[in-house]
Amino acid sequence: MIALLSRDIALAFRAGGGFGLSLAFFLIVTVLVPFGVGPEGGMLARIAPGVLWVGALLACLLSLDRIFALDHEDGTLDLLATAPIPLETVTATKALVHWLTTGLPLTLAAPVLGILLNLPAKGFFWLTLSLALGTPALSMIGAFGAALTVGLKRGGLLLSLLVLPLYIPTLIFGAECARRGAEGLATSTPVLMLLGITLGSVALLPFAAAAAIRVNLR
Amino acid sequence: MSIWEYANPKKFMQTSAWALPWVTGLAVVTLIGALIWGFFFTPDDFRMGSTVKIIYIHVPAAIMATGTWFMMLATSLVWLIRRHHVSVLAAKAAAPIGMTMTLIGLFTGAIWGQPMWGTWWAWDPRLTAFLILFLFYLGYMALWEAIENPDTAADLTSVLCLVGSVFAVISRYAVLFWNQGLHQGSSLSMDQEEHVADVYAWPLWTAIIGFGLLFVSLVLIRTRTEIRSRRLRALEARERMA
Repeated sequence: MIALLSRDIALAFRAGGGFGLSLAFFLIVTVLVPFGVGPEGGMLARIAPGVLWVGALLACLLSLDRIFALDHEDGTLDLLATAPIPLETVTATKALVHWLTTGLPLTLAAPVLGILLNLPAKGFFWLTLSLALGTPALSMIGAFGAALTVGLKRGGLLLSLLVLPLYIPTLIFGAECARRGAEGLATSTPVLMLLGITLGSVALLPFAAAAAIRVNLR
Repeated sequence: MSIWEYANPKKFMQTSAWALPWVTGLAVVTLIGALIWGFFFTPDDFRMGSTVKIIYIHVPAAIMATGTWFMMLATSLVWLIRRHHVSVLAAKAAAPIGMTMTLIGLFTGAIWGQPMWGTWWAWDPRLTAFLILFLFYLGYMALWEAIENPDTAADLTSVLCLVGSVFAVISRYAVLFWNQGLHQGSSLSMDQEEHVADVYAWPLWTAIIGFGLLFVSLVLIRTRTEIRSRRLRALEARERMA
């Protein structure tokens, strides 16, 4: 498992690995929003938590099809399926790598982009915390979606169609947590719900993803 | 005699061929009866006027929209556990019907909401949950279309249906948390004092039964079509081999 982890991380950071792409995408989305809604500070401050959450979610979505597609193309996935470690561990590891290479950088970049959107000072901590708690769920749900569509030639668009409805609860609680934090309201309910979704996804979805991969490799 | 007998496609085709005209006829009679009763023989509401009568389409369609997903969940589970092809074909057949019911619910709601709430659409929990349900149906059907091998497609869509059900329920409560609503409470619950008056309730129940029968009839027709197209595919494959 550690070997798989370090291999995938190394692959992601090398040329053509696509690390940074989602960060750049996140940056561009955030920069485009003020052009769309106008530069007025008060309004930007109000919508900043939601915009940053949606931006992070889309940036996460962008890199999902890489989770299994390359390994499926060159046959690595077949080897992993017959390897002594269970396929459930493989899918969980893949999701973890995806989180380390997209979710974590997005979380760290979000406060910086928050400055661009005039995010209130109270909001930075809650935005970072909600992203840190929520993005693992995004990666795990995405890994499940990627496992469903791994055998398809052009699975990218279908993948988004399947995964986006599954992202809704995470987005609601994450953005709500960041918004309440920015406005100085109580945040414990959305934080706990977000944590619940993340832990539930991490506990259960590796099994669903592994089942989907077994079907696709049959 | 058990329900598993109908897992045999031949047996299913025989029984459904016998049952189909009866179910369809009963559905047509009940629906026409309920709608005529509802539209022409119930009084106008003192506040809502005649727009109240859209309830005879809106509520049954909404019940069917959620009910269809539960039926798909059950048949998907049967497929994953017992590998009966008829079961998963019924789930595949039900999805477009459920999606249509969701759309009917959303559209009739919009038509009613425009004069009553003054808006076609509001981000109310119920409305939002139905929109999300619509997206789930869309994804489920898209996955069926995308995969060529029918058994792979059946397995993957069933897994998606299971996971999607869990997330649909979470979404339902998430949107409830996210926005308090404009939509009125349940129209037909037993314990509430605020449900609709008896004058409207009886034709409404009839319409719900009619929609239920219509759903059964449509699922039977579509499942029979799916089984036939499977057979056709098998015959074609055999011909090519020969």
